[in-house]
This record gives sequence, C-alpha cells and structure tokens, in this order.
Amino acid sequence: MVNKQGQTRLAQYYEWLTLEERRALEGEIVRKCLARNEQQCSFVEHRNYKIVYRRYASLFFLVGVDNDENELAILEFIHLLVETMDRHFGNVCELDIMFHLEKAHFMLEEMVMNGCIVETSKANILTPVQLLEKT
Amino acid sequence: MAMHGMRGLSVFISDIRNCQNKEQERQRIDKELGNVRNRFKNEKGLSPYEKKKYVWKMLYIYMLGYDVDFGHMEAVSLISAPKYPEKQVGYIVTSCLLNENHDFLRLAINTVRNDIIGRNETFQCLALTMVGNIGGREFAESLAPDVQKLLLSSSCRPLVRKKAALCLLRLYRKNPDVVNVDGWADRMAQLLDERDLGVLTSSMSLLVALVSNNHEAYWSCLPKCVKTLERLARNQDIPQEYTYYGIPSPWLQVKTMRALQYFPTIEDPYTRRTLFEVLQRILMGTDVVKNVNKNNASHAVLFEALALVMHLDAEKEMMSQCVALLGKFIAVREPNIRYLGLENMTRMLMVTDAQEIIKRHQAQIITSLKDPDISIRRRALDLLYGMCDVTNAKDIVEELLQYLSSADFTMREELSLKAAILAEKFAPDLSWYVDVILQLIDKAGDFISDDIWFRVVQFVTNNDDLQVSAYILGEYSHLLARRPGCSPKEIFGILHEKLPTVSTTTIPILLSAYAKILMHTQPPDQELQSQIWAIFNKYESCIDAEIQQRAVEYFALCQKGAALMDILAEMPKFPERKSSLIKRAEYSEADTAEQSAIKLRAQQQPSNALVVTDQPPANGATSPVPVGQLSLAMVPSMITTEDHTSTDPASSQQNGSLTKVDPQHPSADLLGDLLGPLAIEGPPGATVQSEHNAVSRLEGGPDAVDGSAIVPVEEQRNTVQPIGNIAERFHALCLKDSGVLYEDPYIQIGIKAEWRAHHGRLVLFLGNKNTAPLVSVQALMLPPAHLKMELSLVPDTIPPRAQVQCPLEVVNLRPSRDVAVLDFSYKFGTNMVNVKLRLPAVLNKFLQPIPVPAEEFFPQWRSLSGPPLKLQEVVRGVRPMPLPEMANLLNSFRLMICPGLDPNPNNLVASTTFYSESTHAMLCLIRIETDPADRTQLRMTLASGDPTLTFELKEFIKEQLISIPTAPPQSPAPAPAPPPAAQATPQIPPNDPAALLAGLLS
Repeated sequence: MVNKQGQTRLAQYYEWLTLEERRALEGEIVRKCLARNEQQCSFVEHRNYKIVYRRYASLFFLVGVDNDENELAILEFIHLLVETMDRHFGNVCELDIMFHLEKAHFMLEEMVMNGCIVETSKANILTPVQLLEKT
Repeated sequence: MAMHGMRGLSVFISDIRNCQNKEQERQRIDKELGNVRNRFKNEKGLSPYEKKKYVWKMLYIYMLGYDVDFGHMEAVSLISAPKYPEKQVGYIVTSCLLNENHDFLRLAINTVRNDIIGRNETFQCLALTMVGNIGGREFAESLAPDVQKLLLSSSCRPLVRKKAALCLLRLYRKNPDVVNVDGWADRMAQLLDERDLGVLTSSMSLLVALVSNNHEAYWSCLPKCVKTLERLARNQDIPQEYTYYGIPSPWLQVKTMRALQYFPTIEDPYTRRTLFEVLQRILMGTDVVKNVNKNNASHAVLFEALALVMHLDAEKEMMSQCVALLGKFIAVREPNIRYLGLENMTRMLMVTDAQEIIKRHQAQIITSLKDPDISIRRRALDLLYGMCDVTNAKDIVEELLQYLSSADFTMREELSLKAAILAEKFAPDLSWYVDVILQLIDKAGDFISDDIWFRVVQFVTNNDDLQVSAYILGEYSHLLARRPGCSPKEIFGILHEKLPTVSTTTIPILLSAYAKILMHTQPPDQELQSQIWAIFNKYESCIDAEIQQRAVEYFALCQKGAALMDILAEMPKFPERKSSLIKRAEYSEADTAEQSAIKLRAQQQPSNALVVTDQPPANGATSPVPVGQLSLAMVPSMITTEDHTSTDPASSQQNGSLTKVDPQHPSADLLGDLLGPLAIEGPPGATVQSEHNAVSRLEGGPDAVDGSAIVPVEEQRNTVQPIGNIAERFHALCLKDSGVLYEDPYIQIGIKAEWRAHHGRLVLFLGNKNTAPLVSVQALMLPPAHLKMELSLVPDTIPPRAQVQCPLEVVNLRPSRDVAVLDFSYKFGTNMVNVKLRLPAVLNKFLQPIPVPAEEFFPQWRSLSGPPLKLQEVVRGVRPMPLPEMANLLNSFRLMICPGLDPNPNNLVASTTFYSESTHAMLCLIRIETDPADRTQLRMTLASGDPTLTFELKEFIKEQLISIPTAPPQSPAPAPAPPPAAQATPQIPPNDPAALLAGLLS
C-alpha cells in the first residue's frame, strides 16, 4: 500500500526478500504503477510477476501475483479489504492506516495467510480485531 | 490494546510524516533506532508494554525500507508473553522481520507448539498464522501431526481450522512428506464437504497445492469440487456474509475451478454433465452491469470458467461460444476486460481447431498492438506471435516490422526476436525472409541480440537453395541487388554501422560477411574494396584471437583473388535442431500464456519454402554456436597465417570500436536472479576466463597467484550448457544474499545466506527441473584454509520437480580473499554433469558497516601508524566512475561511508567491522583520495589492528575498483599496467591539497 508520493504505508510479503531487494522492488513497481492513468488496465507485468493494482483517492493498493492467479478476483479482493477497513474505521483514509498500522496488519492477517485467501466474510475478519480492542 | 494507547509511537509516526525530505526522515529514524537500541540494552527494565511499543517502531522503520538489525530477539520473546496483546505483536512482527532460516525462530519452536496444542483458540490462531507464513522445514517436521489434527478435528471451531488448513499447506511445501499419511486423500475429500466457507476456502487452496503436484491421489476430490461449485453457482446456498455484490463467494468459485483444471479429464459422465451445466450457466448468464465491483467479480468467475472449458476440451459448440465471448471482450472499452480477453485468447490457441476462429479477429488484435497501454500491447504481441502460421505470416510479420519503428524501447528486443522467429518459420520464399531480416537490422539494429545474428547465419548456411555459398550476409546482395537501396555498398553500410556496438563474438561474423560481399561484387568496386581491406587491416592486430585470425585470413584470401572462392564455399551444413531463438524466447519469459504460445509454435509445421535440412554435422561438432564450425571450414589457410597471431597491445588500443563492445547484455539487475528465469547471457566460460586473466595480468605481483587460482573454476567439460553466466551470478551473489548460483536445463541451484559476525549460514536449494529424477548427486566442499565449512548431507537422488535444501555452515577463521569452491555433480540420463562453482562466502560477507563519529575516528586513525597496520598505495588503472558511484560501490561491500570526516570533497572515508575467529570484531578504517583530473588513479590508505586484515582488505577493495564483472576483456586501462607494489610510495605532487591533508590525517 503506497500513497501517491510513493511512500509505503503498509507492506506484507509472503516470500522472503532482503531489505535491499524489497526497496528496489517497491521502487520499480511503484514507479510503473503511479505513471499509469485511469484509461489503462489494472494489470502491470513486471518480470515474471503481475501487479494487480487499484487506486483509492491518494492511496494505491498493489498486489504482486504469479501467473496462476485470477486477476479480477484479486482486484476485487483489494476492494474487499478496503470495505473491511471502511467498516472498522468508518471512511478509512491514509492516516487511519498510518496511525493504526497494527490493526491494518491484523485485518490483513485475518484475510490472507501465506499468500492464500483465508477468509472473505467481513464479520469474521473483524471479530478478532474487535476482541483485541476489548482487552 | 490499540496504538493510540502508545503515545510515543504516534509522536514518532507524526514526526516521520512531517519530514520534508528523505534526509530528514533518515535522521529522525537514526535517532529513533539509537533510542530503541539503548532501551533494549537494558531489557530487564522494560515492561511488556514498552517492549511492544518498541517492537512496533521497529516494524514501522523496517517497512519504510531501513535496516533493523537488532531487537529480533525481543520481538521473538514477546511470543511467549502470557497476555494476548503482547503475544499477538510478537507473532506478527516476528513473521514480518524474520525469515524461516533465522536462528531465533528455531528457539521459539517449543513455545509455538505449546500454543498450537494448547486450549486457548486465539493463541492457536496466532501460532498457526505465523507458522503458515514463515514456518520452515523444522517446523514441518515437528508440527505437522498437530496441525493435521486441528484441521480434521470436529471439536475445533472453524476459525482455528481454516488457519490450520493454510498452515498445513505451508508445511507441505517445506516437506511434501507431511501428507504421506494413510488415508489422507479420503480425509481431504471429507474436508470438502465442509459447510463453513472460511474452512472450505482455505481447504480448497490446500487442495490446489496437492493436486498440482499429484492429481492421481486425489481423484476422489473431483466430484466434491463439482458439488461445491454447484452449491455456489447454481443453488446459491451460502450465508449472506459470503456473497459479494450478490455473487456467492467469487473467490471460492475461482479457486474451485482452478483445482478442477489440474485433473486431466473428467470421466464420470454424471459429474461431467453436472459440471458442464454449471459452466454453461456461467458462460450464458454473465451480463455486463453498471456496478464496477459486481462486474469485476462476475467476470472473474467467467474468465475462470472459460479457462476450465478450454482445459476440458469441450464440444465444439461450447468452444465457439467461448471464442465469441473472447472476441467480444477484446473489443470492449473496459481495459481490464480487453487485457484479459487477449490473454485468454492466447491460451485458447492450445485448443484444437480454435485457431481458425481466432484468426477472424486478427484485425482487432492488430489494433490492440497500438493500444495506449503497454500491458495490452504486450498481450497483443504474444497473441499475434502465437496465432501466426503460413497463411497469415506475411501480414503479421509486416505489422510487427511496421510497429517496430514506433515501439517502446522496452519492447523492441522482444519484438525483433519474435519477428525473426516467425519470419524464419513461415517464410513463403527466401527473398521475403532476407528482406524481413534486412528491415529488422535496419529498423532495430541496436536491439537485435546476438542470438538473432547467429541464427540468421545458421539459417542461411543451412538452406539448400543457397548451395552456391558460404557467404552469409553477402548472399543478400546477390538476391536483392536489383532492388533500390540494396546495392552491395549499401548493404555493407547497414552492416558496418552496427559494428561498433556488436559483441566480440559477432565481429568475426561481420568480417566474414564483408569478405563475401566483396567477393560477390561483380564487377569489383574499388572503393568498397579499399574500405573493407582497411577494416581487415585494422583487425589484423586485434587482441581477440578469433577476430584477428579472421581478419588476417580474409585479407590474405582477398589478395589472392577469385580463385579462393572455393575455400569459402566449402561450408558445412548445420544440423537441424530447435532454433536457438525459440529456446531463447522460452527463457525470456515464463508467462503461462506466453509459454503456451511457444509450445504451440514448436508444434506447428513450418512452411515448406525454407526447410532446414537435417544432416549430421560433417565434423562431428555439436556446438550450437556456429562460430566454431565456421572457423573449422577455414583450416587450410591457418597454417600460412600462424605467425601473425601474436598480439600487439599498443595497436589494439587504437581500436576504439572494440572497447565499446557488448552493450546489449542485460544489465545486472538486482532482482533478476530472484524473480525471473534468466535470459541467456551469451556463452559463459570463455569471456569470463579471459576477464580473470586480464585482471590477474593487470595486478601482477603477488596477486597473480590468487588471480589465477580461481580461473580453473569456470572450466566446463560438460555437454550440458549452463543457463546464464556463472561468473556474473557469482559476482551478483557477492553483493546480495540470495539468488541463483547455477542453472542448466536440468537443475537450478539457488542460495540463501545469512551472516552474523564470523558465522555464516547458507542454504543451497537444489531444484530438479524435470519430470525424471537426478541421480548420483554429489556435492563436495573445497574450502580455503581460512574457512571452516560444514555441508549437511546431500541426498544422492533428487526426485522429479523437487527441491532439496542443504544447509551449509561457515566459520571465518581469519582474513583472506581466497574463495571456497563447490564441486557439484549429478547424472541425468546419460549426461554426467560436473561443475565447480565458486561460493559467495567472500571477505565482504564478514564485514558489518559501522558509523564512526569524528571524535573516535581521528584518535583511532592516529594510533594505527604506518605499516604493517596501516598501508597506503597508489592504485592505477581504476575504472573511472563518479564519486557517488564509488561510494555506492563501497557501500554495497558493507563499507560504511562516513561523510563529512574528510574536508576534501574528492575523498572518501569509510569504516567497517571485520569478524573472524582470530581477529574477533576488528574495526577497519579506509580513506580513498581521488584525483578529479584523472579518475583512473587514486590513493588508498587502510588501517586496522591486524596486519593480514589490512593487507587483504586493501587488495580486496582494489580488485573491486579495478575490475568490473561485466567489463570487456580489453578494458581501456593501460595495458602494461605498472605492477603496483604492496606499498608504493605516494606519487602525488607536494602541492596537491589531498597530499597535504593526508599528512594531517596520518
């Protein structure tokens, strides 16, 4: 997740990369995606991977997938994440994610594990997050 | 406990947000890191709350791209905290910061297991998630049975079981034996009856992983998948929470159809019928709606259904329905649908009989080649490439050529490669082919890779229609002479224009072509003749033996006149084999759609106009590179020219064009090794060796011994050709810690390394790329005297498509630049392959950059006075580079540049810590003074508390500054480099400010 200045706001990897590799990779794909306009498709090929991305106001959500994924399903999964955050924060914005990085991480962790989808029901995703607030 | 409870953290984040620039951000982060480091030093005084706060800060800093090399232990220790909030942070941050080979992770294995088998289900979830994200082989061995039990347990709640399913998937990938349990497939099938959609979604991902490896064992799951799909798509029998814009979990539908695509067929008629009914419903019932999300979700399901229909090779009627849909998609306004339409149409090419219907859309596809979106253009190019055959080759290739002049630079090489392959395969006649190739050279000469050059040569010489001949490109003039713009002189002009930018291996071919053009020009053209003779003359003293020999021979031949035509005409035929271009295309991209197009390409019949004859090579040589054979054809003249072969360094220097060779090699990309299959980077071995020779020659003196000691490592006696350049891979791995060490058609050896003080832990990943096992696998370590190395047992056999991990422990005993070698061999079929690979356990891996403030630097620098602890040397023949680049280079070797210490902006001061058993942690200080007027020389001063370390590190840095891994052997450095003695006296004039400062500093 990056803002339109290219600053990373949330990053989660399911394959280990060293810090240098991550920096370089993020730089490359963010440059590629930010340069695109609304009339272009949401898929960018990068090396052997594909980036599926979606823009919400000042925030870009980028997901790197291999060639075995259904692109549109990923695109809507991004939207599901945004709707889930919306339900929790109420009109989620960049600042919510910055200052509640831990919650953003928890939600993502409830939705994705090891690069696979684990849950798609917003209620089920948010239960553990709310549990944490009560403690 | 939320973050707003952590005030310090909020303040820190605000500060970061308010930073005006990167430099401010770095300063703020350095301050924070120092703060956290200090707090952790006195861990006992920290409350769990404080620990949690600092660990979040670390994660935040790490996310922003800064190295956080401490505090890992604290993050891991939070896992064993008794309370949920701390424990959760421990688990999440650990899985972000550490990787599976981290030692600390192994320490936590028992805590993790206790959480998994414990009764607290929120703890179970946390532990399962972390293991699912970063669990390694050891986790697989000790936790698999517990995780399986949770997944199958009837008393366990879905929230735990769904995580257990994906955790097991991770463990299975680390060790496939975890599901080698009796009756596992049946339990898997039972699992698919699950009512809870979360558990079902996770289990379906697990199933996809299992069937993709071995569908035979899971036939019983097939009807269950169909039933699941029916439940979702037809009966819509799922809770409201799982419908997304009215569509029953599109993700589970997609995953289920993906699983079905791993079964080759569906034999049971009932199951098949049910499935086709569902698919038919999806194909017919998906409408375009206004709501973007609903539209995307329904089309996600539709595209997956299309893929499944194609896979099942349905009846013709359904197929044409699919093509019709795709035809509609590639013409819509919505760019995503257009993109996916093209991508799926390319997959469709694999289906029998589909090609003809797809051809009807050719005009639309060609329009997409000019789409404003590069993603769509690429798909269109792949599709055109895949659908090309004898009937439409002319149109398609001409479109590609036309597009070539306006195409983005990033696409030109691929475009020209594809155009060349298609032209070769489907040319209706030879003159058309030659015409295409000439246009290619004209329009995209700079983007044409060596492979195309080689292939053109190989192709033309192989062709029966050209028996007259061995004159390769010279032949073109013969065929095209009557056309305007195709006179011998003009063709020569086109070719010669490219000479300065082609690689050393291509120059000989061009020289041959010149000779042939010249011989073929009747009546002789005096001007052309003198031009070409002058070129031969120039290369007669070339440093490259092959080029030199050609030049000398051709020059001699030309003098003798037309009688020698016969010698050149005796060209042996090349054996027919898979076009090296197609091989290259296979490596250049691993895209599935792309690969299907290539596979199809390989199956299709080429046109008859240009059949390459299948004839065994006359001389028995099997090298795919034609150069060797070409030179064999010239044996008779070699004897007469032998005395000319001595090289003359002085005149080779005048040859400006040679120093610029080889700009087309893909630049060493940071991530190339990790993320991509590597493009072929030219034959390894020869160039690399000569490069090393050049380096050791340059260094002279005591270094020559070290330099030559590593040369034989690249020796290849195998018939199996490595993919990629071994030396370049090694050099890349010297700078980074993971990547590919070696690859050939059968095996890929990857490496991951972690370095901690004088210890290193490497893991070799031996991946069998084939469907047959690799046997007699042997790995022998040849460590240099200063490294203690222990390689764990390497199995004798690597099963098909399996990856074996072999940990290797390294201990650095003392400073040395010697390199460890891995002697690796295996057998595949009748091929015995043996390679000796240098391992990147090199000196800089035992360095840890450390900033040294001025008040510490100067006393240290002064206390280490003079040899042997402080050495100074003037280094010449340095690769000229701007100062920031040199700083980056040093940084990449873990030498930390300390800006501001040296008042002279032309100088660099750096510091680092070296770790070995004999020296322990030892501080090293480096100062490099450059001369802005002459970037090829510099003065280097090195100081440390150990004389050997000082010397070895100095030599090491020197090697990095002089040589470049990809430099051409004939580097512009002064050829007879003055052998720099170990301690040369400074030769900088006394009025040089740098020298004055040196006096102050030393």
